Amino acid sequence: MGSEILFFFEVLVGGLLAGTMYSLVALGFVLIYKASATFNFAQGAMVFFAVLSFVGFMELGLPFFFAFLVTIGLMVIVGLSTERLVLRPLMNQSEDTLLMATIGLGYVLEGLAQAAWGVEVRRLDLGIPDFPIMFIADAIGIFISALDLTAGAVAAFMVISLAILFTQTKIGLGLRAVADDPGAASSIGIPLKHIMLLVWSAAGVVALVAGCLWGARAGVQFALVDLALKALPVLIIGGFSSIPGAIVGGLIIGSTEKVLEVYIGPFFGGAIEGWAPYVLAVFFLLKRPEGLFGEKIIRRV
Amino acid sequence: MSTAISTYSKSDYINFVVLMVLGFLVIPMTVSSDYWFTSILIPWLCLALATIGQQVIMGYTGQLALGAAGFMAAGAFACFNLILRVDGLPFFGALIISGLIAAAIGIVFGLPSLRIRGIYLMVATLASQFFIIWVIDKFGWFKNYDSSGIITAQDIVIFGRPYTSPVDMYLVILVVVTIMTILAINMARGSTGRNWMAVRDMDVAAESMGVSLLKTKLQAFAISSFFCGVAGALFAFTYLKSLEPVAFDIKLSFKILFMCILGGLGTINGAFIGAGFILLFPVLLNYLGNNVFHGAIDATIISAMEQVVFGVLMIVFMIYEPLGMAKLWENLKQRFFKKKDN
Repeated sequence: MGSEILFFFEVLVGGLLAGTMYSLVALGFVLIYKASATFNFAQGAMVFFAVLSFVGFMELGLPFFFAFLVTIGLMVIVGLSTERLVLRPLMNQSEDTLLMATIGLGYVLEGLAQAAWGVEVRRLDLGIPDFPIMFIADAIGIFISALDLTAGAVAAFMVISLAILFTQTKIGLGLRAVADDPGAASSIGIPLKHIMLLVWSAAGVVALVAGCLWGARAGVQFALVDLALKALPVLIIGGFSSIPGAIVGGLIIGSTEKVLEVYIGPFFGGAIEGWAPYVLAVFFLLKRPEGLFGEKIIRRV
Repeated sequence: MSTAISTYSKSDYINFVVLMVLGFLVIPMTVSSDYWFTSILIPWLCLALATIGQQVIMGYTGQLALGAAGFMAAGAFACFNLILRVDGLPFFGALIISGLIAAAIGIVFGLPSLRIRGIYLMVATLASQFFIIWVIDKFGWFKNYDSSGIITAQDIVIFGRPYTSPVDMYLVILVVVTIMTILAINMARGSTGRNWMAVRDMDVAAESMGVSLLKTKLQAFAISSFFCGVAGALFAFTYLKSLEPVAFDIKLSFKILFMCILGGLGTINGAFIGAGFILLFPVLLNYLGNNVFHGAIDATIISAMEQVVFGVLMIVFMIYEPLGMAKLWENLKQRFFKKKDN
């Protein structure tokens, strides 16, 4: 009996920690949505692009830390060109148009990454093993992977630093002003271009971090793009404009899908985690369309 | 009831006759290589039909749906099971029933559209995509308990005559696509289409004019899924010649979305232009790779570049011509044949 409860907690904790990985992808989404009211469908592609480039640079012989910096530089360039070539010409267009443009952007990034670095699956070794930590297993009898734990810690760190950035700094104030009303913000002298560049670069860095953790677990491969799609239900549950929402949404999706998979999946031949998050999101949508932490959507006619 | 809207001009009839002669007589008589039928014409017509389905829901009704491949899978497997399990059911009967089954599923997954829109709806339709594929994959009944995972599609038999050669299959598809395209054009021009567009342009205004959102949206989902279902059945029976759920994955949904948007949202001819472009462009790239660069460029790089080009085109069209290639075609016609008709 006791072991069954322990096993349940093990599944739950594993799911929660895996959920933080979804949260990290969702976080990049929220950043861009908060500052520019754009659904950046390309966030998943950015994750793939970032981590593939990172691994590629390491294969070229760059040391770990240096490759990380170069990739961050690359993501800033991606942000810069997105702002110039995609967002600026599409300013004041409808949300749906912007969404479709970012779908195109996603295709471009996926294609470029594969053209530059090839399509084979690569291993990424962060030096953090994806094995249970023994002293936790010995102490309370729950097996928790070190990689999961690291992902949780990284996600927590990211959320805290982004929260500080948004609420405590002048840049954050500018960001929120732009999100609220871009016209009014630019009329009082907030540099719209810089803000956009900053946000897209930050989203790029978040994508790189998420990509590293995903890549270490599942290998650096195209399937990462599909995994990143699961950030969408996370966002719907948490709300598109809330950083804590991204985390809570990730935790809900991660734990629910693992618990369902382990306890209900076997009755249906498994693999229900492929669709369970989306169905869960649909139920949330019907009950609370703005998500748990989102702002109420008011549409004016 | 012969208003200016519901009548066709003389040039419409001429175009129609020319296209029919071209499709039913000229192409079968002049095109002799099977490659053109099996690799280009057949998939083009099937995917164009699915793209018309996507047009109905996205281009005409303005609902951002991303699950066309799921409904295609539903149609394909419905057709397989109907022919397998119902004795004496003619092929066209099975095709229509598969479309209706897909339509019923479409109505269920269209229900969230009554409350949500935009990317929210996109996520809800993604649920349908993953769920349908999973159900087909996990419940052996749909695949007739075939363990290999790949099932050969039955031969198409109409009035006792098997249609298995590429030209025959092309003609079967052409008949179906012609009938359904005429249906789609008429729906789009008539009151049905006008309701769809009213909902697309401003749903609240449409509702206050007496257009029922519930009826219009669900009707659009049903018709869209019907087209996708029939297209999926044809696609599996003539192009793939096998039934496997993986062939209808999310990538195919994205492909159809691209065909729809690049072709031109809210146009029927755009569906054919978009499908043709998305299908032919990789062929062209491969041809260039083999014959101009003599295989100096790796095949994976070519397919990656193809993705880049599609993405860039998507962005460029969104910026410069959100109405897509159909509009470009329209502009060209305007320039060269200055207002001969209309």
